[in-house]
Amino acid sequence: MNWHTIGPTERVTHAGGMKMGTNVPGSRCSTQRMYQEEVIMNKSVFFGALTVAGLAAVAASAGTLDDVKARGKLNCGVSTGLVGFAAPDASGRWAGFDVTICRAVAAAVLGDQDAVEFVPTTGKTRFTALASGEVDLLARNTTWTLSRDVDLKFTFIGVNYYDGQGFMAPKALGISSAKELDGATVCIQTGTTTELNLADFFRANNISYEPVPIETNAEAQQQYLAGACDVFTTDASGLAATRAAFESPGDHVLLPEIISKEPLGPLVRHGDNEWGDIVRWTLNALISAEELGITSANLAELSAGTNNPEVNRILGSEGNMGEMLGLDAAWAARAIAVGGNYAEVFETNIGENTPIGLSRGLNALWTDGGLIYSPPFR
Amino acid sequence: MTTLTDPPQESFRLSMLLYDSRYRSMTIQVIVMILFMLGAAWLINNVIINFADAGKTFSFGFLGQSADYDISQRLIEYSSVSTHGRAAVVGVLNTLLVAVMGCIAATVIGVFVGILRLSNNWIVSRLAAVYVESLRNVPVLLWIVLTMAIVAEALPTPIMFRGGEATMSLFDTVVVSNRGIFIPRLVPSSYGLLLIPVIIASLFGLRLLGKRANRIQEKTGNRPSTLLASIGIVVVPAVVVFFGLSAISSNNQQVFVTSGVGEIGSVSDLAESEKRISYCHASGSAASLNGLRHLEELGITFKRKNYFNISAAETALATGKCGLMATSQSGSEQVVQRVSSQVKDGVIVSSFAGEFTEGRAMEIEFPVVTQKGIAKFEGGTHLRNSLIALWLALSLYTAAFIAEIVRAGILAVSHGQTEAANALGLRSGKTLRLVVLPQAMRVIFPPLISQYLNLTKNSSLAIAVGYMDVTGTLGGITLNQTGREMETLLLLMAVYLVISLTVSTAMNAYNERTKLKER
Amino acid sequence: MANTEISFVRTEMLQEQAPPALNVGLVGWVRGNLFPDVLSGILTVVALYLIYSLLSGLLPWVFGGVWNAGSLSECREIIAAAHGEGAEAACWAVIHERFWQLMYGFYPDHLYWRPNLALVLLFAAIAPVLFEGAPRKMFWITAASPFIIPWLLWGGTVWVPIMAAMGFVIGYFVYKLVAQVSSNLLGLIAGPLALVIWWLFLSSYASSGLASVIPLELEPVASRKFGGFMLAILLGVTGISMSFPIGIVLALGRQSNLVIIKALCVGFIEFIRGVPLITLLFVAQVMLSYFLPAGTDFDIILRVMIMITLFASAYMAEVIRGGLAALPTGQYEGADSLGLDYWQAQRLIIMPQALKISIPGIVSTFIGLFKDTTLVSIISLSDPIGWVKFIQANAEWNGIVWELYGFVAFVFFLFCFGMSRYSMYLERKLKTGH
Repeated sequence: MNWHTIGPTERVTHAGGMKMGTNVPGSRCSTQRMYQEEVIMNKSVFFGALTVAGLAAVAASAGTLDDVKARGKLNCGVSTGLVGFAAPDASGRWAGFDVTICRAVAAAVLGDQDAVEFVPTTGKTRFTALASGEVDLLARNTTWTLSRDVDLKFTFIGVNYYDGQGFMAPKALGISSAKELDGATVCIQTGTTTELNLADFFRANNISYEPVPIETNAEAQQQYLAGACDVFTTDASGLAATRAAFESPGDHVLLPEIISKEPLGPLVRHGDNEWGDIVRWTLNALISAEELGITSANLAELSAGTNNPEVNRILGSEGNMGEMLGLDAAWAARAIAVGGNYAEVFETNIGENTPIGLSRGLNALWTDGGLIYSPPFR
Repeated sequence: MTTLTDPPQESFRLSMLLYDSRYRSMTIQVIVMILFMLGAAWLINNVIINFADAGKTFSFGFLGQSADYDISQRLIEYSSVSTHGRAAVVGVLNTLLVAVMGCIAATVIGVFVGILRLSNNWIVSRLAAVYVESLRNVPVLLWIVLTMAIVAEALPTPIMFRGGEATMSLFDTVVVSNRGIFIPRLVPSSYGLLLIPVIIASLFGLRLLGKRANRIQEKTGNRPSTLLASIGIVVVPAVVVFFGLSAISSNNQQVFVTSGVGEIGSVSDLAESEKRISYCHASGSAASLNGLRHLEELGITFKRKNYFNISAAETALATGKCGLMATSQSGSEQVVQRVSSQVKDGVIVSSFAGEFTEGRAMEIEFPVVTQKGIAKFEGGTHLRNSLIALWLALSLYTAAFIAEIVRAGILAVSHGQTEAANALGLRSGKTLRLVVLPQAMRVIFPPLISQYLNLTKNSSLAIAVGYMDVTGTLGGITLNQTGREMETLLLLMAVYLVISLTVSTAMNAYNERTKLKER
Repeated sequence: MANTEISFVRTEMLQEQAPPALNVGLVGWVRGNLFPDVLSGILTVVALYLIYSLLSGLLPWVFGGVWNAGSLSECREIIAAAHGEGAEAACWAVIHERFWQLMYGFYPDHLYWRPNLALVLLFAAIAPVLFEGAPRKMFWITAASPFIIPWLLWGGTVWVPIMAAMGFVIGYFVYKLVAQVSSNLLGLIAGPLALVIWWLFLSSYASSGLASVIPLELEPVASRKFGGFMLAILLGVTGISMSFPIGIVLALGRQSNLVIIKALCVGFIEFIRGVPLITLLFVAQVMLSYFLPAGTDFDIILRVMIMITLFASAYMAEVIRGGLAALPTGQYEGADSLGLDYWQAQRLIIMPQALKISIPGIVSTFIGLFKDTTLVSIISLSDPIGWVKFIQANAEWNGIVWELYGFVAFVFFLFCFGMSRYSMYLERKLKTGH
């Protein structure tokens, strides 16, 4: 049975005079309402005798930006916990590399980096959460692939971390290349493209292996340490983070083969380009800030105006970049103020001075031989 | 409902639909039905609209697409080029496997613990109580995760077996490691399967013997000893047939089939032409096993490549993934033909006599640890770590419930029965076996079925330990890769529903049949 | 044969002798209970050995643990310093640091009194059901708590729960009115209809209107903030209490002789009982939004609550059906002979007895459901197991396993064991009641 034949009902809503055929699952049309959190709480419908305010009728309308502004909160999908990238700390505050992106967007749009509702998602649930409008932005180290872009209908707004799938093995195993892994038992963290890359790699090299798919990184790590698998494979950043937490990290090696390209980046739904632009340029602002030497330390000083016109355009003392995006002039300055520029975000969360100890590698600026590059603010 | 005597000639009025008890129930049902249909239509309509909005379609076409992921435990042949549909079938079989194994183990442990709980021995009954209470008051998901962690931490790794830090159990035949348990595997030769009907016939004979003993006991009061006769009936035919078949198969000459650029005449030729022979080993094939042993005897260094079955090994040979396979002489022609039809141009498939025979009718393949490369075990049947952990956790958990059911069942048998049995002079073991348990079974059986169903449903938590059951394949990776939530989840629920309904229908039918016929 | 040569006839009884030393006191108890025969003796020894080996491994690990440390590596250093290099001991510091998160999740810590008060209210609400000694007036708390407890947890204006409660009052009056004007059946249809209309369309306006006039409100807390054991208890309690009325309806439907209604009820019950909870949770997570009209978007916790309620009601229906089946036919016949109609018979004769018999079954369904709430961690809700994963994802605590899982298992054990003991006590009490 193919339900597509019934014919898509086109839904048209008017947003600021612009006709926009929304073909997006998340943008549910409904009447414009007063968007104050309080009111949403009041509008909640009583179901049976028990529940209340959970049923906040998310009445998305013209665009995600308006929704977010009306709600006063950004709903940001993050992972259910990945060392260095997203985890709640002892006081319940989310922190990490991906989390900082969410906070930067919230600061740019709402002016408050804490106006974020973090929604933990698993590999299985993340796309549904984004498609259904439960989250406005997914910053959950997600690999940019054609099928996710085209078939699942998401817009990847850029790459915040260039990763690749690697292997970690105990030194005692005595191997120096993944091609020597014939017959090895491999722990995989599932729910990602990992198992597909692995199957391809072993098939291409005509070597046999025994996959042990495991849902969470913590369990895979424990299995690996107990010797229940010979090698552990996931994104190289994850491997480094995992190894850093070992009692004796020196006993384990990362094998040189990187078997896949994993450009990880934040994504939004197809169809709402204004919102995509805001997220994209927030990320670009962080990257450009590094390139132009804007740091959290000199941000206030530079905001007053400098000789460099591009710095001025980013920080809002010149031009009308913010206005074009539908934001105010100081949007980028606020985004940078959250955790500093890209380099600072990297260094605080996953850099060499953190327990995770990742080097910049591919994620260095293009001027330093890496791939991190921002289009110009012009 | 009792109906009052109606006046004879009453015509139908519309209000009777509401006030007349004959029609009212009909009215209610029709209203409910209409409401139900409306509700269902509303839901389906919403789905259609939402799907259209999201640009999604509803089709099961993805089941025919290539799955692209590997599954370690598979009861049928499967590789990453197989389809999603096949992956789902592999998952269903894995679910059934762990469910059946779990039900058996849970019943055994449960009955045992249930009886121990009623033991006169204070410490034993207390211990059984502690077992039951601690198992059933903690979520099964936690038990599964903890069991997996314990299995991984407590059991030795393969490298320990190589170094001699750990040894195999049961006279060097069984490997218990944190990669799982490897048990010896029976590999029948081409006639070896004939042993199975013989053994079945023997078991049938055993039953006849038991019936005869019962008849004599009823007639004379003395039960003849059937021990010797039983052993004879089981052992003698099997041994005779085994040696007979072995005599035939040990004369069956075997041949090697190889593929390569040149014509090859013997194994040593091959060893010279290639730097290292890679041997295609088809699991469960006697020819493959004997070829392997022959190569080992020759002292040639070779690399063993394991394939699921003979056809998978043939395909591997044809595509050049391995270079040599063994087969029986009679079948070698067809093998060469099949392989030749798959090879690329310029590859020559040749066969040559292997100078070894098919061996005994039933060969036993023991697991061994590899000495080169990454330490792992080869040979034997592999019960994987994840299967062991899930199986243990599910059966220990369910056993706690079954123990309580058994205890309640035994307590439900009136005390007079036990006393009467004691008065007859039966010992406590026999009392339990012959008097109490058969009566308790009637009480035990219905809740036992629902525990079996619970175990089957709980096996869906397999994803927590990486066991690829149907939730892990169809509802896990397939769902993730194809993004077809609606189709995969509907199919997944259908699978569980069919399993549950089949089991409960069959069990209820059995229960109905064995039920005490009361008035 | 008469025996005339009796030389001695005892005229007074012998003093009672103390039993042999081997049969009394500790020795006697040990002999009687631990070593009555060889097999039992062997079992005793095996059991003692098992206990010893388990405790000797576990106790030093548990009691030698470290309670104050900032990270796992710090823990390891302290343990190495105290017990020597390579020694194994628990790192309870993680529990010490994250205890409140494991209990309340992200719930704001200055508002912990609200879930606590809700729990107290819950106990007060179920007291009249469970303890016969409780004053009957406490039923007012039972009736009010479904409205007060959610308000305490989620906060917001007080008018929302009040207006929701108003729905029942309105529904009742509509029922009375329609039943008087036309038939009872129409009343039964119109009453709930009025209730639903009030809830769906009118109550929100009424409450927001009243809130603007008299703003009485608690600080709102989004359901995303709920977590830890609080979430587990909330899901369990919601599931059971909401499934209770649905379960009664389903059980009656299943026993009814109206074919279509019976078929619908049986179909629903068997479907829910035939599939694992995790698939229903997947449905809640990824499918439910397709089944609802575009524009409605439930919060994930609410979706999960709906699914858990549906799940529990199928099991509840079976428990209540068991209670109905356990009633002697005489009770039904007695009700008929009094001339009571179906609903009167159910309300006055059948249900009070059947529900009383069902209470132990309901408690054990609740225990099962409470344990099953751990599955929500698989769909990324932050229940205790979800929090274990969060904590493991912190650089400080990455790699910690046993302490967290052990603690969560222990707390679950305390809850469930307590409830199962209570259910056993109830069962005994009910047994003597007959």
